[in-house]
Amino acid sequence: MILTESLSKRFPRVTALDRLSMEIGPGVTGLVGANGAGKSTLIKILLGLSPATEGRAAVLGLDVATEGGAIRERVGYMPEHDCLPPDVSATEFVVHMARMSGLPPAAARERTADTLRHVGLYEERYRPMGGYSTGMKQRVKLAQALVHDPELVFLDEPTNGLDPVGRDDMLGLIRRVHTDFGISVLVTSHLLGELERTCDHVVVIDGGALLRSSSTTDFTQTTTTLAVEVTDTDAHPDGTGALREALAARGITAETGDGLPGAGHVLLFTAEGEETYDLVRDLVTDLGLGLVRMEQRRHHIAEVFRAEGTAETAAPAAADAVRPGPGTGPKEVAGHGG
Amino acid sequence: MAAEQTGQSGPGGPGGALRTAPAQGPRGEQSRIHNIGYRHYDGPRLGRAYARRSLFVQSLRGAYGLGRSARSKVLPMLLFGVMVLPAAIIVAVAVTTDMNKLPVDYRRYAIVLQAVIALFLASQAPQAVSLDLRFKTVPLYFSRPIEHRDYVGAKYAALASALFLLTALPVTVLYVGALLGKLDFADQTKGFLLGLVSVALLSLLFAGIGLVVSAATPRRGFGVAAVIALLTIPFGAVSTVQAIAHESGNADAVPWLGLFSPITLIDGLQSAFLGAPSAFPGAAEPSAAGGAVYLLVVLGVIAGCYGILVRRYRKAGL
Repeated sequence: MILTESLSKRFPRVTALDRLSMEIGPGVTGLVGANGAGKSTLIKILLGLSPATEGRAAVLGLDVATEGGAIRERVGYMPEHDCLPPDVSATEFVVHMARMSGLPPAAARERTADTLRHVGLYEERYRPMGGYSTGMKQRVKLAQALVHDPELVFLDEPTNGLDPVGRDDMLGLIRRVHTDFGISVLVTSHLLGELERTCDHVVVIDGGALLRSSSTTDFTQTTTTLAVEVTDTDAHPDGTGALREALAARGITAETGDGLPGAGHVLLFTAEGEETYDLVRDLVTDLGLGLVRMEQRRHHIAEVFRAEGTAETAAPAAADAVRPGPGTGPKEVAGHGG
Repeated sequence: MAAEQTGQSGPGGPGGALRTAPAQGPRGEQSRIHNIGYRHYDGPRLGRAYARRSLFVQSLRGAYGLGRSARSKVLPMLLFGVMVLPAAIIVAVAVTTDMNKLPVDYRRYAIVLQAVIALFLASQAPQAVSLDLRFKTVPLYFSRPIEHRDYVGAKYAALASALFLLTALPVTVLYVGALLGKLDFADQTKGFLLGLVSVALLSLLFAGIGLVVSAATPRRGFGVAAVIALLTIPFGAVSTVQAIAHESGNADAVPWLGLFSPITLIDGLQSAFLGAPSAFPGAAEPSAAGGAVYLLVVLGVIAGCYGILVRRYRKAGL
């Protein structure tokens, strides 16, 4: 889908991209980097809007330097910032944008209705966009990027400004863009954690250079970490501590997830297999505690980078650590009980 | 099951949920929407030229508030009425009183009503470009096949066409009236056609100035004020200095001074080339050389405005 060969972009004062070579295939690809890592510059070059200082790049097999127009006809772009005029309805706006992409009037209207429905905008699409919530605006922005049925979309920080629920909705929608619509996605974020559950492949850039490019399964499949949260009881005022001691007695070292939200109330430890789940269940019952949750937590991509000890990843890793919420694939083993 | 589906998909859902069970069944059957899934588009993609044309049409309609809110229609339509009404009255009077010539020359009409044109430009030029800048819609255009030149060209052409409609229609009303009043056909047609050339140049010149000023600021209010200032202050200054020059016996300087404001540029140009009566003090007209300078300045300003706009939007990319 996308191919770059020692792509560089230098401005008088900064080097935005530094000999970046990578290849991105079909599917959902995350482009991760701290603010100023060169993500937006890369998108601009890939859309054929900004010439590279050196190196070359191709999108959908088309050279960005010479065939920008043909690329932009088959690619969609959702900018990071707000871009919607408030006094126009979503329908009018998206129809106009569809025509700007070359769709005939009737097709533009039909595709607009379809696309807005797919992104989850119904009756409100006839109202002026000034009154929309951030989540609705993000949906319109996504719709205008998809309305001409591109083969590939660039989504620049699509979860920016959304609350956790809106964020999950948007990530789910992005996933569907590929699985249901068959459109490949390049999505940028400065949060590694949210990309691991959405993307098939993650590319990390920092300072305009490629840090790592691999599939998300490589990142996260190595081990399973269990997160367990328990209640306190009269017998055990510090239920978490009691469970931790009990686990230690069985030879399992549990961490309290320093730096993560809920630190001190959550125990993290490596699950060896099915028997670890049983052990936790038995220990909790023996102690008479209430099991609030026990879930599988795949390694955050951030932790993988942290483990590699690369200094450059410190910034994105830190950003990720602040993000609330558990890891992917929550597998609630038990509700309240014990 | 049926009720659950209506709740998700049909407007009848919320109402249906409140009803008793037997009522839900048939309602649910009627209002069920089948999700047909995502459909790919394999129709034609009409490309750059079509997109440019669409943008032109949308902007031209927008200049008169069409396709925008009712409130946006008020001012341009009002100004349009104010522009045409005097022409209609003039024609009515001329026809009923059997005048042998129209009281206002075709080429003078726009000059006389320049305040209306200035108001129209000041209100609609910022509307055409400032809003896209202010709400950062511009990157959405440039992430599509159209390029900077297409955007600028479409906007420029749209605003110039809107001004041309505004100025050419009253001239046409005058012409039709003159023919109805059985004035000399050849004479009137010549005046009319020269009048159209004059307002066409005026439209191009004013649209360029208005767009350059408006594109410099994302703030619409500033744009409005700046356009009005740019059209009125130089005109006031030029007229005053011309009057002083005329009174103090420097009549030769009068036509040259006209080069420094938009409306006097058109005035001087058309008195030099289009046979229009001059409105300068003492009815001073530019010499042949002076007229050539006027023409160069007008064309230069138009080309310059286009160039500045293209440069401006090259920077305003993503």
